[in-house]
Amino acid sequence: MTRIPGLLDTEAIRKDFPLLDRQVHEGKKVVYLDNAATSQKPRQVLDALNAYYERHNANVHRGVHVLAEEATELYEGARDKVAAFINAPSRDEVIFTKNASESLNLVANMLGWADEPYRVDHETEIVITEMEHHSNIVPWQLLSQRTGAKLKWFGLTDDGRLDLSNIDEVITDRTKVVSFTLVSNLLGTINPVETIIRRAQEVGALVVIDASQAAPHMVLDVQALQADFVAFTGHKMCGPTGIGVLWGRQELLEDLPPFLGGGEMIETVSMHSSTYAPAPHKFEAGTPPIAQAVGLGAAVDYLSAIGMDKIAAHEHAITEYAVKRLLEVPDLRFIGPSTTEDRGATISFTLGDIHPHDVGQVLDEQGIAVRVGHHCARPVCLRYGIPATTRASFYLYSTPAEVDALVEGLEYVRNFFG
Amino acid sequence: MYQDVILDHYKHPHGRGLRDGDAEVHHTNPTCGDEITLRVRLDGTTVADVSYDGQGCSISQASASVLNDLLVGKELGEAQRIQETFLELMQSKGKLEPDDAMEEVLEDAVAFAGVSKYPARVKCALLSWMAWKDATAKALSEEATTA
Repeated sequence: MTRIPGLLDTEAIRKDFPLLDRQVHEGKKVVYLDNAATSQKPRQVLDALNAYYERHNANVHRGVHVLAEEATELYEGARDKVAAFINAPSRDEVIFTKNASESLNLVANMLGWADEPYRVDHETEIVITEMEHHSNIVPWQLLSQRTGAKLKWFGLTDDGRLDLSNIDEVITDRTKVVSFTLVSNLLGTINPVETIIRRAQEVGALVVIDASQAAPHMVLDVQALQADFVAFTGHKMCGPTGIGVLWGRQELLEDLPPFLGGGEMIETVSMHSSTYAPAPHKFEAGTPPIAQAVGLGAAVDYLSAIGMDKIAAHEHAITEYAVKRLLEVPDLRFIGPSTTEDRGATISFTLGDIHPHDVGQVLDEQGIAVRVGHHCARPVCLRYGIPATTRASFYLYSTPAEVDALVEGLEYVRNFFG
Repeated sequence: MYQDVILDHYKHPHGRGLRDGDAEVHHTNPTCGDEITLRVRLDGTTVADVSYDGQGCSISQASASVLNDLLVGKELGEAQRIQETFLELMQSKGKLEPDDAMEEVLEDAVAFAGVSKYPARVKCALLSWMAWKDATAKALSEEATTA
C-alpha cells in the first residue's frame, strides 16, 4: 500500500459512493478514472433526490399549498448553497441552467442581443483559446457568424500551455468578450487567469470563464477570479445531470436582455409586450430542473464538508503519483504538461501507435474506465497531430491503488498489441 | 472481441495505400477520430480495386483490410450482397450467431461478430464499408454522366 501525504481518507469516502463498489466483466471491481466526463454520486445526493420526489415534489414559485412552498424553499435553498460555494456577492447572481453548455450559450446570446455598450457586432472581436471544449467554441462561432464579429484565439505551446506571447495583438480595443477555460478538460492545464483578465480589463472586454473542470476540484471564488461570468455544470461535481450554473455580475444581469422567454421569467405579460422579472429569474424561463438543483445543493454540502482545499490537495497528490508512475510506461507520451505544476487531475496520453480506442477497450476488459477520443476538444488533437488520446481523470475518491491498476493495465495493453 | 484474425489484419493490412480509382471518398467517425480515404476502381461491373489510406483503431483498420480481401475481383451485385450481409451482422447487437451460409459469404469478416456487441465500436467496423458503398455509388453516377 502506497502512503502519500495529502491524501484524503478514501476508504471512508468511497463508502459514500455505491457505484464504486460495482463489479464489471464478471467479478472485476470497477476502477473509475473518467471523472472529467462525469463524477460518481454520493449516497447523500441520491437521498436528497429521492427525498425531494417522495416528500416535497411540486412546481416552484407558484401555488400557495404547503408542497409548493417546500419545493420553492428547497430550490431557492440550493441557490443559496451554490452562491456560498462560489463566494458570490449575491444569491441573485446565480442562474440555474441545464449544464455548462447552456450557460455559455446563454452568455453568447445575451451579448448578441444586447444594446450598447455590450453588443457584439461586426465591428467587434471575440477571443477564445485553442484548448476550449467544443461548448466554449461553437456558441462563439455561432455568435460570430450571426453578428459578423471576428473570432480570434490563443494558440498552445508544445507543452500544453496557452501561448500568451502575443496577448496584446489577440486582445485589442475591438475585443468585446474573452472566454476561456480555467482548467483544460483534455490537457489538464490550469490557465493563468490573472494575466488574461488584466489585459481584458485594460481594453474593457467582458471575461467569461468556463469552470466546468475547476468547480469540482478546487476552491472557486468568483470574486477573487474577477471575471464577469463563470459557467460550470453539476454532474461533474457529485451532482445529478441536468443542472448547470451561470454566475454573472449583478449589474450585467440587470442590463443584459433575456434569451429564452416563458413562464417564471416575466413581471407582467400583455398581448403586446411583457416586462421581465429581475435576475436570476429573468434567465430561468419555464419549470426549472428542481430536483436536480436540490441534488446539486446536496453535492455542494457534501464537498464543502470535506473541504475543497483538501480535495485539491488530494488530487494534486494523486496526480503527482500518477505522472511518476505513467512515466515508467514505455512509449507513453503525455499530451499536456508533463509536470504537476498548474495542472489538474486530468492526464491525457498516447501509447505508441496503439489507437486510444483499442487502449480504452482493453482497459475496459480489466474493469478500468477511461475516456478515449478527442474529448470534445478536437482542435487540441489537431494541434498536436494526433487523432485522439486516452484520458485518465481522478477525483476525491481516487486511490494510488487505482493508479497502479491503470499502469498495470497499460502494460497489458502494450503486450496485447505488441 | 479482438479475434486473432482481426489482429492479423490490423498488423498486416491487405491492399493498403491509395491507387488509381474512378471515385474517392473521405469518411470520418466523429466520435473517435477514425478517418479513411477510399478509392474504388470499376472494370465494367467488376470491382477492379479498392484502395485506402487512413488512421484509426485496430477494428477500423482491420475491417478495411478484410473489405479489400472480400470485394476486389467480385461482380458488383455480389459485392453489394457481401456489404449488406456484413451490415446485418454488425447491426445484430451480438445476437446473431453467424451460420455456415453467412460464413461462406463473409469469410474472415465473421470475426467481427463480437464487435457488434459494443455499440461504440460498430461504427469503427463499418467505416470502410460505408465509404466503399458511397464511393461505388459515386463511381457509378460519374460513369452514367460521362456515358
